Amino acid sequence: MTKRQAIFSRSRGLLAAIAALPLGGCVFSRSPVIDPKGPIALAERDLLFTALAVMLIVVIPVFLMTFLFVTRYRASNKKARYAPDWSFSPAIETVVWVVPALIVIALGVLLWNATHKLDPYRTLAAKAEPLEVLVIAQDWKWLFIYPSQGVAAVNELVFPSGRPVNLRITSDTVMNSFYVPALAGQIYAMAGIQTRLNFLANAPGTFTGRNTQYSGDGFADQHFSVMAETPAGFEAWLQRVRQSPGRLDAAAYESLAKPSIGHPVTYYSGVQPGLFESVIAKYAAHPAAGHSGHE
Amino acid sequence: MLGKLTIDALPFYSWVAMGGAAVTVLCGLLFLGVITWLGAWRYVWKEWLTSVDHKRIGVMYVMLALAMLLRGFIDALMMRAQQAFALNSDGYLPPDHFDQIFSSHGTIMIFFMAMPFMTGLVNIVVPQQIGARDVAFPFLNSVSFWLTSAGAGLVMISLVIGTFSTAGWTGYPPYSGIAYSPDVGVDYWIWALLISGVGSTLTGINFVVTILKRRAPGMKLMRMPLFTWTALCSSILMIFAFPALTVVCSMLALDRLLGMHFFTNEAGGNMMNYINLFWIWGHPEVYILILPAFGVFSEVVATFSRKRLFGYRSLVYATAAIALLSFTVWLHHFFTMGSSASVNAFFGVATMIIAVPTGVKVFDWLFTMYRGRIEFTPPMLWTVGFIVTFVIGGMTGVLLALPPADYLMHNTTFLVAHFHNMLIPGVLFGFLAGYMYWFPKAFGFTLDERWGARSFWCWLVGFYLAFMPLYALGFMGMPRRMEHYNAPEWQPLLIVAALGAMVILLGIVCLIVQLIVSIRRRHETRELTGDPWNGRTLEWLTSSPPAPYNFAVLPRADEIDAFHEMRKRGVAYKRPKHYADIEMPKNTAVGILLGGLGFVLGFGVVWHIWWLALASLLGVAAALIARAFNDDTEFRISAAEVEEIENARYGALARAVPKSVDQPSTAAEPLPGSAA
Repeated sequence: MTKRQAIFSRSRGLLAAIAALPLGGCVFSRSPVIDPKGPIALAERDLLFTALAVMLIVVIPVFLMTFLFVTRYRASNKKARYAPDWSFSPAIETVVWVVPALIVIALGVLLWNATHKLDPYRTLAAKAEPLEVLVIAQDWKWLFIYPSQGVAAVNELVFPSGRPVNLRITSDTVMNSFYVPALAGQIYAMAGIQTRLNFLANAPGTFTGRNTQYSGDGFADQHFSVMAETPAGFEAWLQRVRQSPGRLDAAAYESLAKPSIGHPVTYYSGVQPGLFESVIAKYAAHPAAGHSGHE
Repeated sequence: MLGKLTIDALPFYSWVAMGGAAVTVLCGLLFLGVITWLGAWRYVWKEWLTSVDHKRIGVMYVMLALAMLLRGFIDALMMRAQQAFALNSDGYLPPDHFDQIFSSHGTIMIFFMAMPFMTGLVNIVVPQQIGARDVAFPFLNSVSFWLTSAGAGLVMISLVIGTFSTAGWTGYPPYSGIAYSPDVGVDYWIWALLISGVGSTLTGINFVVTILKRRAPGMKLMRMPLFTWTALCSSILMIFAFPALTVVCSMLALDRLLGMHFFTNEAGGNMMNYINLFWIWGHPEVYILILPAFGVFSEVVATFSRKRLFGYRSLVYATAAIALLSFTVWLHHFFTMGSSASVNAFFGVATMIIAVPTGVKVFDWLFTMYRGRIEFTPPMLWTVGFIVTFVIGGMTGVLLALPPADYLMHNTTFLVAHFHNMLIPGVLFGFLAGYMYWFPKAFGFTLDERWGARSFWCWLVGFYLAFMPLYALGFMGMPRRMEHYNAPEWQPLLIVAALGAMVILLGIVCLIVQLIVSIRRRHETRELTGDPWNGRTLEWLTSSPPAPYNFAVLPRADEIDAFHEMRKRGVAYKRPKHYADIEMPKNTAVGILLGGLGFVLGFGVVWHIWWLALASLLGVAAALIARAFNDDTEFRISAAEVEEIENARYGALARAVPKSVDQPSTAAEPLPGSAA
């Protein structure tokens, strides 16, 4: 290959990368955090954007001043004023302390209110009664138990859109983190401890959920489908699950809990009552330790 | 006899791992071979390995840091390469190997690159900046260095014998407990941290005492150079923060070795205690690293703007405020652990408050440049690049300080991008600026500026290419530490990030070329005055490299920029009437012996070779007792010898071109030749 050809073939790769950029921008605008599908994730994203905008009050002047000072006061520009002993100005000092402080006070108030409003433990106010789902993190999969419906599913979380979902989460292995970015921020799953997460999907749709806390060999494959259905679609799904032969009793749970990578979606038409509580109790030293201090 | 150690510990399980082991062994042999080839063993042993001179120890710290930077960076390249390819495929690294790499990358970069780099610069500079002849405890300094090296040695040997931890650089239990990580990897990690952590605590004590007790006459606290101030605050943080790390690692070791249950899932263990304790060290650690870098930027920006530092008092108070506040924010590393809204909100607000003094610092540096005469030497380039880039990282940091936003972005590549955005421009750029700024002080010749500038531009461009895509990937929901993935939309961005890592590689190559080129041209770039930059602080008063005692006569510091003021008054190079004898600490092999024993102790415990561990522990005790009974630890440089060294110094000064002190000007009347 001649040198010119080599340069050409290299630049072709570069061109392909550049051509992919607008495409990437389009994908980006539809990514779960930028384009959320529920009120919680939307509020969290909006808070992020608001804070970003407020901080630009400081950040943009820094960019401008850097550019301005670096060009104007370069050594070769002898026309610029040079004041080697000038090192203090009460006015400037006041501004640089007070303006960032005011911004932080404003953001602090915003933060305090938002953190209480978006507390993941808070049950969402809606017309429909929340759907209770119990979540157990295992190596390397997620088990979802529907206590009122008496069914369970592995690696598939299904619920009706428009109805709040109230998750209680624990782990039967190392620490995991339950994350469905299109619907809400994450929360840790820890053995012997119960955490909570509440969210709501605005409309039917399919999203991806993941574990984000590194947990071992199967970590990269520990993702699951999250499906918001119409009420009728949810009933149909429940029917399908109820027709499956598997029942989740202690023995079935035991074999499910063994480490597995890329576990297929599995349905259980029945669940032994108190299974979730027994998984927590297995690790808790005494009953009081079975709840995080928050409740 | 050999505990758990068998032939299976050698990395025959994969070609990549075997290659890594081979490269490690070869580099070690090459290093030893070069010293042998040069016939320099006696010199290396007498003048360096057993040295208690703070300048020599500082140089060795920086050498360790640069070597570990290479190792840590190779890890980074391997991860970027893996993720660029691993869409719906296993790439070229199996999970348990990829996991070792991200664990060792973080561990090395924090503990064995950034920490030694910082400690090295502080060692070389602070005693000279405060007009002292050495640190308060020179022998302790040597011990600290060799304990740090022992820790680094344990991480390196895990490449060859056994495996490294897969639990990440934070080693969260219960994953890092014996039930889930039965291999020796976590033990290597624990003992590398424990042993080097003792070294860091001792360094902290050493420099607090040095700075408080060894300052030149007249140097009140509020006249100390900013780098010394940041070194003081950083050292105080080391003393208070590192014990938390030592305790938490010891408890994890007890869990693993003796079956205790501090952090296990069962029997009443609680991982949340580990996570709290770890970050009670971990957050101050960020400031232990970044404050001295801020100090470097403060020195560099004043020197190369040819101007007094703007807002000295503000910068000092901001530094102290950051140091204090750094202990009040640790919970922001785990907002997603289920604390109540009020607890999360408290720590979120505390975190945002740190943005205020940090912002003040940025503005003070900017106003130092204002009405200056800025020279874009490589140290100044790193500083300007830092200011612009660091502000972006600060902004994303405030975003993560908002608990609800953190729920969304935590554990994603957004978080990875954020802390690299703090640590690369904030810490590494600062240390590289310091390296290029003080190199002539340590070695007597300057580093090549063109290769320095090339390195800077590669690092800067490479940084943006490598980490801006990770911010975007965070919004796309990509968790950190993915060995492979199934989302095709992530791949283009991961390829861009890998290209960014390649550009950073060019920056590292430029650093190496710069060093080689500069060493080859050292006779042309010889620095005769000891003050290559028209400096302002006392370290530029000494010769380059300084005499073993730094100052033949201790200087007086009656102003903030003591050296600058001396030159203005024309008294900087005034010869004293007569010299006196100077007492200096004797070199000793006990430091390297303790480091070696620490390494063997760690290795013994990792592999359960108990007789070896016990023997080295007894060795440590014996060495310490023997050292305590040794009263002959100092030697005297006679006045005549001092005079001879100083005569040579003044001879060189007479041959050098004197530099003019900066004079103010107005726009109307530029002063000829005012700024270099």
